[in-house]
Amino acid sequence: MSVMKRFWIALILSTPMLANMILMPFGVMMPGGKWLQFGLTTIIMVVAAGPFLQSAWASFKKHHANMDTLVAIGTITAYIYSIYAMVIHEAVFFESAALVITFVLLGQVFEERMRSSASNAVEKLVDLQAKDAEVIRDGETILIPLSEVIVGDVISVRPGQKVAVDGVIIEGVSTIDESMVTGESMPVMKKVGDKVIGSTINSNGAFTFRAEKIGDDTLLAQIVELVKKAQTSHAPIQKLTDKVSDIFVPVVLIVSIMTFLFWYVVLGATVSNALIFAVSVLVIACPCALGLATPTALMVGTGLSAKMGILIKNGEVLEAANDLQTVVFDKTGTITVGKPVVTDIIGDPQDVLSMAASLEESSEHPLASAIMVRASENKIIPPKITEFRAIEGKGVEAMFDGKRVFVGNDKLLGDYQIGAEMAVKVQQLQDEAKTVVFVGRGDEVVGLMAIQDEPKATSKAAISALKARGLKTIMLTGDNERVAQSIANQVGIDEVVADVLPGDKAAHIRELQKTSKVAFVGDGINDAPALTTADVGISMGSGTDIAIESGGIILVKNDLRDVNRALILSHKIVNRIKLNLFWAFVYNVLGIPVAAGLFYGIGLVLSPELAGLAMAFSSLSVVTSSVLLNKVKISQQTRIV
Amino acid sequence: MSKLIVSMIGITVVGFIIWWFFGKHEQSTAIADVKADTQSVDIEVNGGYSVETVILKQGVPAVLNFKRLDSSSCLDHVVFPEFGINRELPKGEIETIEIDTSQVGKFQWACGMDMFRGNVIIEK
Repeated sequence: MSVMKRFWIALILSTPMLANMILMPFGVMMPGGKWLQFGLTTIIMVVAAGPFLQSAWASFKKHHANMDTLVAIGTITAYIYSIYAMVIHEAVFFESAALVITFVLLGQVFEERMRSSASNAVEKLVDLQAKDAEVIRDGETILIPLSEVIVGDVISVRPGQKVAVDGVIIEGVSTIDESMVTGESMPVMKKVGDKVIGSTINSNGAFTFRAEKIGDDTLLAQIVELVKKAQTSHAPIQKLTDKVSDIFVPVVLIVSIMTFLFWYVVLGATVSNALIFAVSVLVIACPCALGLATPTALMVGTGLSAKMGILIKNGEVLEAANDLQTVVFDKTGTITVGKPVVTDIIGDPQDVLSMAASLEESSEHPLASAIMVRASENKIIPPKITEFRAIEGKGVEAMFDGKRVFVGNDKLLGDYQIGAEMAVKVQQLQDEAKTVVFVGRGDEVVGLMAIQDEPKATSKAAISALKARGLKTIMLTGDNERVAQSIANQVGIDEVVADVLPGDKAAHIRELQKTSKVAFVGDGINDAPALTTADVGISMGSGTDIAIESGGIILVKNDLRDVNRALILSHKIVNRIKLNLFWAFVYNVLGIPVAAGLFYGIGLVLSPELAGLAMAFSSLSVVTSSVLLNKVKISQQTRIV
Repeated sequence: MSKLIVSMIGITVVGFIIWWFFGKHEQSTAIADVKADTQSVDIEVNGGYSVETVILKQGVPAVLNFKRLDSSSCLDHVVFPEFGINRELPKGEIETIEIDTSQVGKFQWACGMDMFRGNVIIEK
């Protein structure tokens, strides 16, 4: 029988007794008296309380005890004593047993609902999946179930449809709503060559893409897996409650017996009064509240974070993130965009760009790609050149329009002349930590291009938010001191450690860990050792496998401000866990003495019914408090500056 | 006189509780049945888990068959933190849970409220 049904039976049958209790002071008596109470309570004990008794007995045989043990012993005691009292014509308290059962069941009905709403974040994620896909095979478009899609399939996506799996666009342009996976609220523009994520929603355009990851390999599947693990993980703080819950119930049983003995033997109370205190002690104690405090908050908290594109791996990471003192950042791709861009052009821009573009067209140097991007932005079609050749370690040169043209670095300066004005500019740009490229015609340098990997638009706001929280920020990079320092100044980072070889990053983290708790933020690709060494590894790799593998916190969106948001979230979740535990402990620590009659002298006593009601609401309130985490607002104080 | 008897009984019961719940009692252990290329263990959930310790062989796909007979809401879920499993156990039905046996070690499972626990030990 379901808890719900048991509750209704108990409620209906105990209502006459409740009415009797309320009306008694007014001199109104129920017909049937004790016999009616006995009859109703007996049915409640068998039907509604039966499962408690069975469970209590089953666990007793295994040397275990649980909440049911307390409820069962408490109500059975009240029930059996009342039968005895009825026989010897003394006051009975059948209604205590009946109402305790009703209230405990009421608590369980609510608690069950709350628990399922606490755990449904994962199901919501799974529901996001597309059910089928339009695959183009042998030139024909066929609709197949998601499970039959294979890697390499070409899938067409019409406006409004869901993207079936992860892949790369091969034709078409569209904007895609990725909020369900990344938490990014603005739709993202996607063109040929861009990656699309399964389960996201295409808005207005149509496109086809090649499937790259299917089934369990998709980003969504990995997120679901991660959230599941996070939700069931243990937080270190639970070790305390584990210890307490092991001994809790037997200790309460002992306290209850002691209460009875004290009232009956020492204070000389009547058997029935002493029993009422003992039963109240059994009924009010609630080990469940302790047990539920941490897991429910973890479940709601990690689910909530996942919705924002912040994946927190487990309770341990959560607690570690809560007492950090230092945040270390990787530079390239984390603080900066990771793609160098042309920031300044000195000389005639069109002329300088077209010369540079024609010379760099076939080069694969990262700086060359920055030049080509800028040239195409300026709609420059590189003119044809002849006699192309590389100048070893300096640059490249070729013939154009009958004249020699060249592009290269400052080592070319020995061979060519540069105007005084131009030379000043070079110095200026280099001081800004930009890489300067020289463009020349004939024997003369006619233009300069400054290239720099720029900080992301959000980096400055992200760093200042972290500093406002009192965290020390450090940048760790393989770049030279000057470039690194310039970027650090732009985004406001406290300290720079430059010229670090990729393999030495973890060692630097270890050094920092000697004095403080350290988080490392990186893109995961070459930072895996540093990510795993740090107390908290925060990886932002837009969902690359390595990032997911090595980070403790994974930022699905490539937004540095999420570091702060992740820390705010972990702070809120840990605080909620502590609050829950505090209430659960305080409840038991205060409730048991009150129920035992310790405050009898000042008129503060609890009848078993009230104890039952209090018990029902203690575990309910803990679960409710966890579910309310969903309502927590993460204020977006960090604006893009 | 009656108070003395009641006191004696009360203290005896306290002693019994301490011995029954805190004394050393043997845990039920089961070594998995390895059949061909799978192994399985049946676990009855009734006032706790019988068996409470399960020994599995590394590398052989394993399933644990949980059957809940207890209607307590304490035991209605089983959670394996290391494996990311949090499964509801419908009363009276057999719920099969697959265990990844690729790593040797001791893994704990617990009920939804973390009050009852059991262990999976994966051996070479």
